[in-house]
Amino acid sequence: MSPKPAVRIERLSKSFGAFRAVEDVSFEVHPGEVFGFLGPNGAGKTTTIKILAGLLRPTSGRGEVAGFDVMRETREIKRRIGYMSQLFSLYADLTVEENISFFAGLYGVASERRAARRDWVLSMAGLGEHRRRLTGELSLGWKQRLALGCAVLHEPPILFLDEPTSGVDPISRRNFWDLIYSLADAGTTVFVTTHYMEEAEYCNRLALMNRGRLIALDTPAGLRAAHREPILEGRENRLEMVEPSLEDVFISLVRDAGGARED
Amino acid sequence: MLNVMRLRAVARKEILQIRRDVRSLALAFLLPALLLVLFGYAITWDVRDIRMAVVDMDGSAPSRALRDAFRSSGYFTVVAERERTAEVDGLLDRGSIRIALVIPPDFAEALNGGRAAPVQAIVDGSDANTAGIALAYAQAVVQTTSSRLRLAGAAGWPAASAECRVWYNEQLSSRNMIVPGLIAVIMMIIAAMLTSLTIAREWERGTMEQLAATPVTRAELILGKLLPYLAIGLVDVAVSSILGVLVFGVPFRGNLLLLAGLSVFFLIGALGFGMFISAVTRSQVLATQLAMVATFLPAFLLSGFMFSIDGMPPALRIVTYLIPARYFLVVTRGIFLKGVGVPELYGQGLLMVAFAIAGLALAWKAFRKDLE
Repeated sequence: MSPKPAVRIERLSKSFGAFRAVEDVSFEVHPGEVFGFLGPNGAGKTTTIKILAGLLRPTSGRGEVAGFDVMRETREIKRRIGYMSQLFSLYADLTVEENISFFAGLYGVASERRAARRDWVLSMAGLGEHRRRLTGELSLGWKQRLALGCAVLHEPPILFLDEPTSGVDPISRRNFWDLIYSLADAGTTVFVTTHYMEEAEYCNRLALMNRGRLIALDTPAGLRAAHREPILEGRENRLEMVEPSLEDVFISLVRDAGGARED
Repeated sequence: MLNVMRLRAVARKEILQIRRDVRSLALAFLLPALLLVLFGYAITWDVRDIRMAVVDMDGSAPSRALRDAFRSSGYFTVVAERERTAEVDGLLDRGSIRIALVIPPDFAEALNGGRAAPVQAIVDGSDANTAGIALAYAQAVVQTTSSRLRLAGAAGWPAASAECRVWYNEQLSSRNMIVPGLIAVIMMIIAAMLTSLTIAREWERGTMEQLAATPVTRAELILGKLLPYLAIGLVDVAVSSILGVLVFGVPFRGNLLLLAGLSVFFLIGALGFGMFISAVTRSQVLATQLAMVATFLPAFLLSGFMFSIDGMPPALRIVTYLIPARYFLVVTRGIFLKGVGVPELYGQGLLMVAFAIAGLALAWKAFRKDLE
């Protein structure tokens, strides 16, 4: 059905000394989908995303991003992806415009495209009138949108977002997801990790990680359907099959998998 | 490998950051001039206006001539005249004089009789350096006076005397030695401190992770960061040289372009060294302190700036070969004072190039762009 997957990993593992951050994980991400990556802290989400972005080398297993090997062809991968890390990592002491032109330079955006891309980012992030403000003075919501804009200056086919909305108010979060959707509509594959269950609902498919392992992979509806539970409901105390919330599914899956890692 | 667009983006970003950072600006443009003026005035090995007492027990024309010779030499100021030798003790004890000249009662008589006419100099030896210099000056004054007196009296023939001429630094002014040396020492310190911030700052602020996710290469980051500081370093060398000539009156006899060219290599080495420290520590505070300690003391004490390398114990002398400022010092002094050119500085030039390569290699080795 689909052309080449945007991301494909097979039996991927990553250890830091004796600590196994990611163990034997395999999955595929289809082009153009919004792929949600969920899991408690320490589940190995960030490690996986860093391997896919070419920032970490896997200990074993295979992986391809945009058709390039995560072990050997990280430079090719970096040209074709956008990456937004967990922590805000633009330059606080540069203005909005300066950050944009810096990253446009690093991503090799051709000079005749520069102005158009800059204007696109400014309008997409709603930062038109703040273009000359220092980035450090912006609110967190704006910073996140600017960071997203800087990550897609070169119009990458695949975008990796590591907890892009953590700490942001609900309205900004909603705005941010609108941006994610407009990018996905334009054909960008979006790989996003999150803590927020309502955000997980926005994804086409969800992968659930715990203790470095993949414990579930399905659409949100599929996950809920597979975990229907009998619950006492109504006036007559009848037992009914009720669709659980995604959060219930998440909690029960993690519990079944041995609970979250404590650290 | 090196993409011009990315290199330019990195360099431009670095310039913007320097421009907005008061600390970097002060370090880049204020500190070098400040250090030069401060140390240029503070450090001097010249001894002038040595306070002296004279005990003239002879009171003759030749003894007065000797006293006047001391007075007019410019090195001595006669602050006290006493009758007896014992009276100078207190003056020396209190430190109100450094040296006492005692002319015995038979000074003129011995001189006229063609006999040796010794005079006595009592020196405060608690500061051995100054004492040695004062004594040497005193001997010189006595020597010239004595030959003049003999000539005037025509009682004998002038003794064979050495006519000494000093080249390159005719007034033997220590400032002429110090200022060009200082430029070398200061540039080593400033250059290393400037870049010691750059990589650590990226790690501390989390921006390194974003950089790592872009196609920018290690070489582009290192060179892109280095170029703006190289320009700053060259401005500093120029400003220091101009200050040296205008404020301190140091002669500049050599080729400006040669100084600029060798400075480029020296600066690349020192900047690379600073980056190496920055990449290893990943902490701005630690990196600046380390850069300061690792450059300041060696450049000051072991480069031959403060202490002559010839006078060091052999083990220490070997260490000095590892101090880049040692070689650059020869360059600045040579170009300023001797006006030497390429043939004389050929070897130093090669060493500068070697230092530049070593600095870059260290930075390259230590700087890991990936996050492992």
